[in-house]
Amino acid sequence: MCPATLLRIKNLSVTFQDGNGGLEALDSVNLDLPECRFVAVLGPSGSGKTTLLRIIAGLIQPTSGSLQFNTPEGNPPRIGLVFQQANLMPWRTAIQNITLPLEMQGISEKDACERARGFIDLVGLRGFENSWPRNLSGGMAQRVALARALIQEPDLLLLDEPFGALDALTREHMGAELLRIWQARETTVMMVTHSISEALLLADRVVVLSARPGRLVRELDVPFPRPRTDEIRYSPEFVALSHDLRASIKEEPEPIPVARKPKK
Amino acid sequence: MAAIYPSPKRSPSQAVRTAKQRRWFMPVSLLGGLLLWQIIVTVSGLPAFILPSPVEVAVRFWDMLTGGRLLLHTAVTLSELLLGLLAGGGAATLTGYALAKSPSAERLMSPYLIASQAVPVAAIAPLLVIWFGPGMASKVLICGLTVFFPVLINTIVSLRGVPENLRDVMRAMRATPRQTLLLLEIPAALPVYLAGLRVGATLSVIGAVVGELVGSNQGLGFLINLGRGQYDTALVFVAVFGLVTLAILLYGTVLLVERRCLAWQSDPDKETSLL
Repeated sequence: MCPATLLRIKNLSVTFQDGNGGLEALDSVNLDLPECRFVAVLGPSGSGKTTLLRIIAGLIQPTSGSLQFNTPEGNPPRIGLVFQQANLMPWRTAIQNITLPLEMQGISEKDACERARGFIDLVGLRGFENSWPRNLSGGMAQRVALARALIQEPDLLLLDEPFGALDALTREHMGAELLRIWQARETTVMMVTHSISEALLLADRVVVLSARPGRLVRELDVPFPRPRTDEIRYSPEFVALSHDLRASIKEEPEPIPVARKPKK
Repeated sequence: MAAIYPSPKRSPSQAVRTAKQRRWFMPVSLLGGLLLWQIIVTVSGLPAFILPSPVEVAVRFWDMLTGGRLLLHTAVTLSELLLGLLAGGGAATLTGYALAKSPSAERLMSPYLIASQAVPVAAIAPLLVIWFGPGMASKVLICGLTVFFPVLINTIVSLRGVPENLRDVMRAMRATPRQTLLLLEIPAALPVYLAGLRVGATLSVIGAVVGELVGSNQGLGFLINLGRGQYDTALVFVAVFGLVTLAILLYGTVLLVERRCLAWQSDPDKETSLL
């Protein structure tokens, strides 16, 4: 059911053309994503975390290197993607947003709605099926986005700082919700995040990228047994590991340009 | 959207009462306008061929209506309008889609498009009537030309304005171009596109009338010419009111479509009583 590796990333490098010699975003990244596991990617801003995710999602072409998906019979992988913003179609109600991928697969509206109900319950949106996105709070909109990704039964679920745009309390709550949802479904997940505690709470493995250009500087298997609860955030082991991880994420000090008086 | 200035708090019953009162505002203001008109006619003593009174216009209107001529001419103008709107709007939508997708095509075509807009339709209307005759074809063409530009511009702007992050959503789901068009581009472009169509619908009335004034033997524009020639100013008024009614009907129809299709963005704070 779960072979060792779903995705093998080899020597992945990306350089964005900017007319100035190019901006190197990722430099020879090698990474294996184990199937049915939750991998979190940490790193300072500008380390190419999001770029890595967008390459895997097929939104950006890498400059060099390769991605090998280990899917049955070599089918193209189904990928669910959740962005930092919910990115819902504002002209579709919550449930219509969730059924969008099924509509694209040609599944009848009735069957699609039936399947969507299960996911609405899973992400805790019952009673909001027919709300317009503009009437949903940030956390609820992100739940819709999560359901929209999950309903595709993805081989790989990519989460790009999915709670980054939420306030701190909602964010913590959504982290716990994601833990519950993932433990109920066990898909392969790769999540980009800024939050060390979010990574440790949710992930089986944490991967740390360096500042630009992004290189892999650390891989850590998270030792906490499952099922986990939100409570482990407060255990001494958790705190110690957070400190440890914090040390390996060096925000490279950006050189501060010093204003000089122009010479006359 | 938050108001910049907080609106004063009203209790629900107060709000209902003011809404009920407001319902009378429009008929009262219309009646007031008619009354003012009658007073001006009476006080100034202007002859009817310069300014007919509302009563005279109403009588003329009734004559024309019962004689069947008003309906005939209105029907002619309406069909010119609708055909022009269909042809001009349709051509503009297709061209707009192509230009929105291809900036180089836009560059290539833009001198002609801008020139087509710079030429006043009224100036080339006689030419078109010479070429296409005094019948319906020349009017439909003039009408279509008037409608073309606003619809074209709004089509391009609306398609270019489809948010990139929603395009990413479709790309990540491996959408085909057809799916992107149907599930993303059309619904996302609709608000701006329909606003352009609404402007186009109002302008199409101008196009049709210009065509009829230049040369025709039917239509409300023809009636205006006829009334002017015979010093039957009441008839001119009747035709003008007919045109206004057509314009309002068209505008209202597009607005109704907008309300229907754009329920997702309806915001009672933004509604105006301009229909």
